[in-house]
Amino acid sequence: MGLEQFINEAISPWLKEDGPDSDIVMSSRIRLARNFEKSPFPLIANQEHLDGILYFLEKEFNHRSYANYEQLEFVRMADLKPTEKQVLVEKHLISPHLADKSTYGAALISKNEQVSIMINEEDHIRMQLYFPGFQLEKALEEAFQIDDWLEEKIDYAFDEERGYLTSCPTNVGTGLRASVMMHLPALAMTRKLNRMIPAINQLGLVVRGIYGEGSEALGNIFQISNQVTLGRSEQDIIEDLTSVVEKLIEQERHARTLLRQQSELELEDRIFRSYGILEHSRIIESKETAKCLSDVRLGIDLGYIHHISKSILNELMVLTQPAFLQQYARRMLTPHERDVFRASLIRERFTLEQREEL
Amino acid sequence: MECQECKQNPATLHFAQVTNGEKREIHVCHQCAKEKGYVTHDDESYSLHNLLSGLFNFDPEKLHHSTHNKPAGNQMECKKCGMTYQEFAQIGKFGCASCYQTFSGHLNPIFRRVHSGNTTHDGKVPKRVGKDISARRKVKELKWKLQQLIAEEAFEDAAKIRDQIKEMERTLNQREEGED
Ligand SMILES: [Zn+2]
Ligand SMILES: [Zn+2]
Repeated sequence: MGLEQFINEAISPWLKEDGPDSDIVMSSRIRLARNFEKSPFPLIANQEHLDGILYFLEKEFNHRSYANYEQLEFVRMADLKPTEKQVLVEKHLISPHLADKSTYGAALISKNEQVSIMINEEDHIRMQLYFPGFQLEKALEEAFQIDDWLEEKIDYAFDEERGYLTSCPTNVGTGLRASVMMHLPALAMTRKLNRMIPAINQLGLVVRGIYGEGSEALGNIFQISNQVTLGRSEQDIIEDLTSVVEKLIEQERHARTLLRQQSELELEDRIFRSYGILEHSRIIESKETAKCLSDVRLGIDLGYIHHISKSILNELMVLTQPAFLQQYARRMLTPHERDVFRASLIRERFTLEQREEL
Repeated sequence: MECQECKQNPATLHFAQVTNGEKREIHVCHQCAKEKGYVTHDDESYSLHNLLSGLFNFDPEKLHHSTHNKPAGNQMECKKCGMTYQEFAQIGKFGCASCYQTFSGHLNPIFRRVHSGNTTHDGKVPKRVGKDISARRKVKELKWKLQQLIAEEAFEDAAKIRDQIKEMERTLNQREEGED
């Protein structure tokens, strides 16, 4: 398979579109946790219960469409190979928990990959809806519609006092986790983000890196999400998150301007060095890849680099992850082989850009 | 090191307990640990304790008094899924929707801690299951509006709202009677 075709199939269709403020906000996500009223939660449910849920949801929703979300496909975890599951994890369509721990897990995924409904994860149902750029309100509105559509067939576990009942006390109430994925290179470079995090936490919001492990944020990509789910309406939660994201966008833009004013040559040097590494290296680790991709994307946003498409950051952050590399290679790779393969995939991807230009 | 409770047996369990932000070291023997509710049943896992002192932040002593001092048949256990309160505290997850009712007396402190002081839902209500809930909320809102209108001496509008409330309450009552 050629690289172009591979990328076309690997990158979720919605991710190729540009959304509002997409120079800084890569995507917006709404996740709602729901459970069946009558069945024990997946953690302690027996095979019979979980099979029953799988059978019911497959019967009711497999190959159905709702609005723009066409052809939901029912995928059982038990039917997938480990790499296939890992690819879904790397595309953020399913959680690592569903891939590794949920023997009776499944997912209903729409054709455009904007909607993914995880089944028998920690809760019976966890639906996720993605939008490109900064579109939390729209995402919430549409997630509510999908929720209503599911509810026509499902008796949800709901209590007037506690709201939607979930397996973990941290999700009860709205069951809502709203999050926004942001590229914040200037705030990270100038260490301003670290100083802003405590204030953001005060509002019940969490900031974390989404690529990489622990506290490190590979590619200067951060996820901001709500923690409180009880006692606040979904709209209020989104409003709080929105106001913080707006502030971060403003601060990031400001930090970019300052960087350019105060150390333009150093900034330009950093961007073009990273560009050179991506275009020419023969062996590259994921950490260095992420750093260089972040620099190049910043270079594109600031107008230093003209002939590369913006989507290169989103695309290559996804494609250079281990399972994708192995899928492209069509075999298992050792960590060293991955670094070699990664470098060659990136070089090829940059060549594609130059061809498009001609 | 001897057990700090019985001061006889050697201490075999050591851990830190955080109560109201204050850290205290605990060294007890196996028997006292069980008696004092530091570990549950024969499970020697410390996770109960970690959870209680971390996420759940409540005093295990209270758990001890509220459960162990009652007759055995009274132990808090979810009738639907069989999860006991100790198990819930240990794993930090509910077993089923009914657990929320079963453990309801103990949940507010936990929810307050996790959800910035909140204990009651304010948000979306399912369409079918929550039809009455939405209607009751609407009635509440209208009653508040009615007060406003009366205060503003907008009696004509107030009368309309009052009729609307009456009508809604009538349907709600009918539905409730129908269910019984
Ligand atoms: Zn002792
Ligand atoms: Zn239960």
